[in-house]
Amino acid sequence: MPAKILVKEQLSENVFKMVLDSPKIAQKRKAGQFVVLRIHEEGERIPLTIADANSSKGTVTIIFQVVGKSTGHLADLNAGDELLDLVGPLGKPTHIEKVGTVACIGGGVGIAPVYPITQALKNAGNYIISIIGARTRDLLIMEDEMKAVSDEYVAATDDGSYGFHGFVSQALESKYLLTGKKIDEVVAIGPVPMMRAVCDTTKKYNVPTVVSLNSIMVDATGMCGACRVSVGGKTRFVCVDGPEFDGHQVDFRQLMDRQKIYLGEEKECYDHYCSCRLGKGGK
Amino acid sequence: MDMKERLKIPRQSMPEQDPKVRARNFDEVPLGYTPDLAKTEALRCIQCKNPLCVGGCPVEVDIPAFISLVAEGDFIGAAKKIKSTNALPAVCGRVCPQEVQCEQVCVRGKKGDPVAIGRLERFVADYERATGDVSIPKPPPSTGKRVAIVGSGPAGLTVAGDLVQLGHEVTIFEALHKPGGVLVYGIPEFRLPKAIVAAEVDYLQKMGVKIQTSNVIGKIATVDELFEEGYDAVFLGTGAGLPTFMNIPGENLNGVYSANEYLTRSNLMKAYKFPEYDTPIVKGKNVAVIGGGNVAMDSARTAMRLGADHVYLIYRRSRTEMPARIEEIHHAEEEGIELHLLTNPVRYIGNDKGWVVGVECLKMELGEPDESGRRRPVPVKGSEFVIDIDTVVVAIGAGANPLVQSTTPGLNTNKWNYIVADEETGQTSREGVFAGGDIVTGSATVILAMGAGRKAARAIHQYLMTKK
Repeated sequence: MPAKILVKEQLSENVFKMVLDSPKIAQKRKAGQFVVLRIHEEGERIPLTIADANSSKGTVTIIFQVVGKSTGHLADLNAGDELLDLVGPLGKPTHIEKVGTVACIGGGVGIAPVYPITQALKNAGNYIISIIGARTRDLLIMEDEMKAVSDEYVAATDDGSYGFHGFVSQALESKYLLTGKKIDEVVAIGPVPMMRAVCDTTKKYNVPTVVSLNSIMVDATGMCGACRVSVGGKTRFVCVDGPEFDGHQVDFRQLMDRQKIYLGEEKECYDHYCSCRLGKGGK
Repeated sequence: MDMKERLKIPRQSMPEQDPKVRARNFDEVPLGYTPDLAKTEALRCIQCKNPLCVGGCPVEVDIPAFISLVAEGDFIGAAKKIKSTNALPAVCGRVCPQEVQCEQVCVRGKKGDPVAIGRLERFVADYERATGDVSIPKPPPSTGKRVAIVGSGPAGLTVAGDLVQLGHEVTIFEALHKPGGVLVYGIPEFRLPKAIVAAEVDYLQKMGVKIQTSNVIGKIATVDELFEEGYDAVFLGTGAGLPTFMNIPGENLNGVYSANEYLTRSNLMKAYKFPEYDTPIVKGKNVAVIGGGNVAMDSARTAMRLGADHVYLIYRRSRTEMPARIEEIHHAEEEGIELHLLTNPVRYIGNDKGWVVGVECLKMELGEPDESGRRRPVPVKGSEFVIDIDTVVVAIGAGANPLVQSTTPGLNTNKWNYIVADEETGQTSREGVFAGGDIVTGSATVILAMGAGRKAARAIHQYLMTKK
């Protein structure tokens, strides 16, 4: 079904937020689920985690980073434009229960999917420690939203331009795990190297860690297997078995390899799009 | 023309694209009959009093009647005749295995070749579409009953067409963004042009069928919620939407695809037109396709068209046991697909970047027959060898997608998670819920799914009209 873009907002250099009109999905979705959208007839099916939703207004919020042609095209759209298709909610919802203290970790644009999970965990009565990070201060998004659902809050930047100087995994270890602070569960979402670093860290301290994977997908309903990933030596489909898995069981090396399958094609496609766009005078 | 002369006419062959040319394009392979060829072929039908061919058709097309109209040159009349029992003639004329159905029992086949029923059906449907003379039947009086159909593949489309003609309000829910199911994501353009599927779907919509694409039942709404929304009956035709892998080492290497993914990228997403279309596909130079069915043939022929130098079809049994249609195997070989029969992959070999570079295989020999009645392939000890490849397509069948079953309490399934449904009515263990097609039988053919749809539509109609 088509969906209208109601609001568009730029959160950082390459990260955009869009509020979409989709009452049915807004009603149904739960934290951790995603949608797939298509912009135009020749377009890809783009999977994006639902960052927020408002069931009374009938809206769904997506936050995405421009990484190639499809996301570049999406960022060129504006409020009032319509997406050709929007399907969802897909994937399994996050398992939400009161476990005690949960560290919710988001890296880069991964802060967007960690936000609704943090919110749900907070509502379930957990004590929330949020650690969000980015390469540099300008790229850090959703600080106010995350603060509002956290009991403790840490911002980290790789270059030290803001907050903790270092990676989120290092912040987690030095500020909490090393000091003996009891953390019952970690939820970590972000670039694969970040999730792997967090999992390597939490393994040492035996802290259960959930990660949300964003592998390459086509149909996203379990039909094609493009998104398969090894978890504990077993092949699982991120779209229907996930997107969340026990981070200590995920084969991150394989996941990283699989995310590079179409690097060449993605560049070709994006260059093609950029040159076309320039030819038309740009936007 | 008298009978003697009719009996002398040989089966008319259908013009085809040259194998060398077509192996590099996605245009349809057979070009179809001309009106003259069709009339000549139609004269071969001897109009049996008790035609066996009709019984050989899962949707009981009145074959002698439509062929007689073709012989008279009334092609539009012939199209109407077929459409009175088959909503998708252009599709069936192309992808039905006529050689094991209507044509297998054709009396003319006892001495010589059967009447080319499939080619005639295809001709008639194409003629009707090309002339634009497609008439829409008058809508029947409304029964006020609403039916939800889950999945817009061959089973769902048939149920929809039948029920809308009986005056029910029909809505199809399709998970993907285009209707047609396997007809659009699975079967390639060169075997079934997507414009033809679109035209047949359009015909159903003009008859009043509503189609809601991008609606995943089990996610956006459950079957129970469909009843709560006011639907009086639900038909489940969700298909064989779960890829099967062999669970051998290296299957998650880059360059290894399920047939479902490979074909969906190429067919539904039009990756063969990349970068005009945004979805990419790996265009391998040396491609191994694992399996011996129609989906394996489709995958192998797609790989060739994407520019492969070598496409190896690796199948563990011998040619006789191949489940693919003979015509498809023939087409594939003509196009240069190399068959490695009695060969079974045991592992895929990857490079340091995670890409597949080889497949290690074992030679097989045939032993005693297994449960399927086919001779069981047994590995030959020490026969390991490696084929250098850069792409693999695993086409060894598809299973049941669990999204609907897992969200519908009380819906009985078998050990493979297929839905248990009555063979004659499609009735499931849930009242008002019917099912048919691959989600009941496991991977089969388009026409069998349509046959199941036909039976289920009858049963749904009866259920709706007698339900209090």
